Amino acid sequence: MAFDTSKRSSYFLITPMAAIFAVFLVIPLLTIVIVSFWDYDEYRILPDFILENYSYLLGSSVTWKIYLNTLKYAALTWVFTLSIGFTVAYFLAFHVRSLTWQIVLFMLCTIPFWTSNIIRMISWIPFLGRNGLLNSALINLGIVDQPLEFLLFSDFAVVLADVHLYTLFMVVPIFNSMMRIDRSLIEAARDAGASGFETLKSVIVPLSKPGIAIGSIFVITVVMGDFITVRLMSGGQSASVGLQISNEIGLLQYPAAAASAVVLLITVLLIVTGLLRLVDIRKEL
Amino acid sequence: MTIETKKSKNLLSDAGVSRRGFVKGAAAVTGAAIGSGAITGFPTIWAQNIKNVTLRQFGTGVSNINAVADKVKEDLGFTLQMTALDSDAVAQRAVTQPNSFDIADIEYWICKKVFPAGTMQPMDTTKLKNYQYISKLFIDGKLTPDSEIAQGTAPHTVGFVEGADSTTFASAPTQWMTLIPTIYNADTLGIRPDLISRPITSWADLLDPEFKGKASILNIPSIGIMDAAMVCEAMGEVTYGDKGNMTQEEIDKTIAVMIDAKKAGQFRAFWKSFDESVNLMASGEVVIQSMWSPAVAAVRSKGIACTYQPLKEGYRAWGGGIGLAKHLSGLELEAAYEYIDWYLSGWVGAYLNRQGYYSAAPETAKKFMSEDEWGFWMEGKEAQGDILSPDGKVMEKAGAVRDGGSYEERMGSVACWNSVMDENKHMVRKWNEFIAA
Repeated sequence: MAFDTSKRSSYFLITPMAAIFAVFLVIPLLTIVIVSFWDYDEYRILPDFILENYSYLLGSSVTWKIYLNTLKYAALTWVFTLSIGFTVAYFLAFHVRSLTWQIVLFMLCTIPFWTSNIIRMISWIPFLGRNGLLNSALINLGIVDQPLEFLLFSDFAVVLADVHLYTLFMVVPIFNSMMRIDRSLIEAARDAGASGFETLKSVIVPLSKPGIAIGSIFVITVVMGDFITVRLMSGGQSASVGLQISNEIGLLQYPAAAASAVVLLITVLLIVTGLLRLVDIRKEL
Repeated sequence: MTIETKKSKNLLSDAGVSRRGFVKGAAAVTGAAIGSGAITGFPTIWAQNIKNVTLRQFGTGVSNINAVADKVKEDLGFTLQMTALDSDAVAQRAVTQPNSFDIADIEYWICKKVFPAGTMQPMDTTKLKNYQYISKLFIDGKLTPDSEIAQGTAPHTVGFVEGADSTTFASAPTQWMTLIPTIYNADTLGIRPDLISRPITSWADLLDPEFKGKASILNIPSIGIMDAAMVCEAMGEVTYGDKGNMTQEEIDKTIAVMIDAKKAGQFRAFWKSFDESVNLMASGEVVIQSMWSPAVAAVRSKGIACTYQPLKEGYRAWGGGIGLAKHLSGLELEAAYEYIDWYLSGWVGAYLNRQGYYSAAPETAKKFMSEDEWGFWMEGKEAQGDILSPDGKVMEKAGAVRDGGSYEERMGSVACWNSVMDENKHMVRKWNEFIAA
């Protein structure tokens, strides 16, 4: 009897959460999946069951190119945010000794995030442009005699902006993991004769893995779905999956956009599953 | 200099008898007295309760001007609510939510798709006093008797239907008009004359290797493909039956040319919004690109040289108009007719002309413009004094001449109208290939 009551009360307790998930996650997702099988013309979406949206999407070389391009952005951004994020977190966790300074410096990292990310992105444009600050400076210093064109409206610009925007997502969880590392483990490693690098490799990196995994999930999912950075920083010259979806929505091709969204969701879920196989992030939580 | 025709706000409650126009404004206005006359003498079928009428107009941003709604309230007494949407959303809403609007402000190519859906009603032109002033361009497609009819969705081809309940477009003008034309213009390439040393004469110059890495094209498929077609035709790479309605093969060839150019590094960027095009040009990232007239004005207002370059192949034109929702009847319908007739009566026309667009009834607009304004915007004459925008900003200094010249020169050399193709889906897919290439 007592068992039944507790069972009932736990069902009761999870109901609000379940309801929220159902209304804001499950139902919208199901709608997207259903619409992805519908037909459409210029101005209407027509309830139907067709596979054309998927067969065109998966059969088109454009899709593969776009996915390759998006994965390239995600991979490059991941490499750079990870190396910068790890370094910053390491510095904060192990080199800064006082808690006050750790907090002060950590806050300092977050200050840029008080502005809108669109603004942070757009401010690169006048800086990197043909007649921008960087090119003018380089020319005035006599380092180059022609403005460097690759700086703006290029893959370089896209990755630069992504790294700038998302490095903090790496710093925070890695820093968090590192702060939980028992300092006596590091001392033990040193006592056992490990060099600084060996300590890093055998103690710090393995123990920071959950943080690295969480940061990676953040960065990769955000970059995979991004469209505005790609559009603005590549000058509309490169495509990403998110941009493709946004274009399809703009042209009222909702079923095609839904199909693209479903495929993107599956891709990202596969990547995340892979990451979770490698690292058990439950330890972190 | 604007001429304001002010009317007593509650003139309609005075049983509509004592209508007086007060004219104030520039000294140079000789036609002013006639101008005020242009809005008197509307049919007074409605009674006092016209003031309670609210008409909901929705459309694309260009002609959804709040000043127009204010002026309607002042001159006609009823309320006009404006909603601005992008052209795709406008088209969708006109078809799927027919009761959500009273007046649709749409482009002609949208009309071609929307009107057959039966959510709008044609207008009886005999009820419109100012119908006679509408430019011939919208009646039979010919600005002057010997001008050629351009390709694409030319407004007159979708401007009339066969009867009051018909949704079939008529091949010749009838009594039943689908849209009353309001705003239109001829688009071409914008260039930075200070950064380009040679004269630009052809659409083909967009892909000239001389401008490698300094060209741009607009990334709105239905319009971008037209600009691309103008370029390919000028280069002699592709010949078209009708640029406004290409075959799959023509689309494929056009996109192939564009992809080659993109791979060779011809383009600096593609733009999608008005301000992007302004920034690309003003910063010098781009020296030649597809552009819209007000964007050129915006670059110039920063003190940067920018020319809206007329080209020998002609312009790509677009036009919009206002039409009635099917559900309108009774008092609201009368108010809508009143509004549409008023639209043609000149005040709005002058306002649009001053923005660099064209009014559909140039004669009536003339009465609301100074001689200098008319000469600059419409006749291609040198400006005698400063030319002001409708909100009073200096757009051009004395001595300036409008790029492309007079109304007849610009609208007389339209090569193609914005349109929607039968192969639209295919075109959009190919366009995406171009962007992803």
